[in-house]
Amino acid sequence: MKDAMIYTVTQLTRDLRDLLEEAFAKIWVEGEISNYTVSSAGHAYFSLKDKESLLNCVLFKGSGSKIKFTVKDGMQVVCAGRISVYDKRGQYQLYASEIEPKGKGALQLAFEQLKDKLSKEGIFDEKHKKAIPRVPLHVGIVTSPTGAAIKDILKVAKRRFENVDISIRPVRVQGEGSASEIAEAIKELNDYNGYIERTSSGEHPIDVIIVGRGGGSLEDLWSFNEEEVARAIYNSNIPVVSAVGHEIDYTISDFTADMRAPTPSAAAELILPRKEDLIARITQSRRGLYSAMKATVENLRTTVEGLGESYVLRNPVNVLLRMKQEIDEKVRGINTFISHFLDIKRKDLNGLAGKLHMLSPLAVLERGYSITLSGGSAIKDIRSVRKGDSIETRMHGGYISSTVIGVSTPGRGKEEA
Amino acid sequence: MKDTNFEKDLQKLEKIVAELEDGEFSLDSSMKKYEEGIKLARACREQLEKAQKKIEILIKKDENLFEKRPFEET
Repeated sequence: MKDAMIYTVTQLTRDLRDLLEEAFAKIWVEGEISNYTVSSAGHAYFSLKDKESLLNCVLFKGSGSKIKFTVKDGMQVVCAGRISVYDKRGQYQLYASEIEPKGKGALQLAFEQLKDKLSKEGIFDEKHKKAIPRVPLHVGIVTSPTGAAIKDILKVAKRRFENVDISIRPVRVQGEGSASEIAEAIKELNDYNGYIERTSSGEHPIDVIIVGRGGGSLEDLWSFNEEEVARAIYNSNIPVVSAVGHEIDYTISDFTADMRAPTPSAAAELILPRKEDLIARITQSRRGLYSAMKATVENLRTTVEGLGESYVLRNPVNVLLRMKQEIDEKVRGINTFISHFLDIKRKDLNGLAGKLHMLSPLAVLERGYSITLSGGSAIKDIRSVRKGDSIETRMHGGYISSTVIGVSTPGRGKEEA
Repeated sequence: MKDTNFEKDLQKLEKIVAELEDGEFSLDSSMKKYEEGIKLARACREQLEKAQKKIEILIKKDENLFEKRPFEET
């Protein structure tokens, strides 16, 4: 024992740690996760086990935050890290830096996990999908200002419907923090509509948002698989079209958006009507108006012509003849009445004439009376007669002309002798 | 999201055409519909041409202020 070296616990532990750290500085270990817990400080503690052994592991917050999927007990994983010793407990453990699910990539798993989670929440449900306006006049775009996506979209817009207003909210579409930028951009475009309304600038509000980027690897597209972006799309009042990468790449954004386009240019094709088509629709409607109106008028003409076929209008002469006949009958009736009336009146007149005759002085003369006239007037007073006057006596059958040789008034005597 | 005015006008126009094609109206109301339709067609054409084709970058300055500047392709 003389030459034997006596370690202190701390010394031994440190030496063991040095040995282990040197021997297992960067290793990969495969096993099943168990007892996975996250401390309040954000560090994760778990064990990796197989049938016969168990390895304690720690995953510090810094490394843990880079892991895209949710680690769960029972998961078969491969962990990268280093072996070291936790002095206070005299315990060796794996200080993990990465965890990869076995059999599939971490990102693939993360994708599936988030998809599953949001799907259960109903975020992808059809009932939340907003209708894309058929004729948007103002399009918001969330993408990189220097990427292929914006070029493609603008090219299509120029070709199909160049009058549309486009507001680009530039973002980074990959790398650390890009998901937050994209989420914030979607929110800001919504805010901008409120701003338009508040300032009454007369600017047409944003009708639809295209969120996307050109194709890339799963890592490149990763921002569009982040929960933050999915939530921003879900919360947008403006309908969102997700347009990420190439046709085959489906992202969480695609599932969440109101419409999924296989590529950015396809998004533009889908939402922007062709101006010529719109003009054609207007022209067609105008033509429709004209021909419908023409048809209405034609119908009315037919109706009028139908009426024209009726008895009255087809042969107005008949009606006139009939009316003439009626009038004739009326006239005849009036004539009959009049002649009858005249007859009666004539008879009345004859009667009157008889009476008149009886009163005529001529009739008196017939009875032997006579009238004496002077200067054409009947002498009604003896005093108007003077001796020597020429007088005329009218009696039945003629006149006697005589000269007055004396005037006498019985009772008063002769005035002149 | 509400339909744009253009869309509403165009749909209204197409509805009027359909109604007129049914021919259920008197000459008087047909004439009125026709006139309304012509007005809508004109309004649609004007709206199409009026849209401004601005391409701009949107920048949020603060909570209540946005700024826009022309987008230049790189």
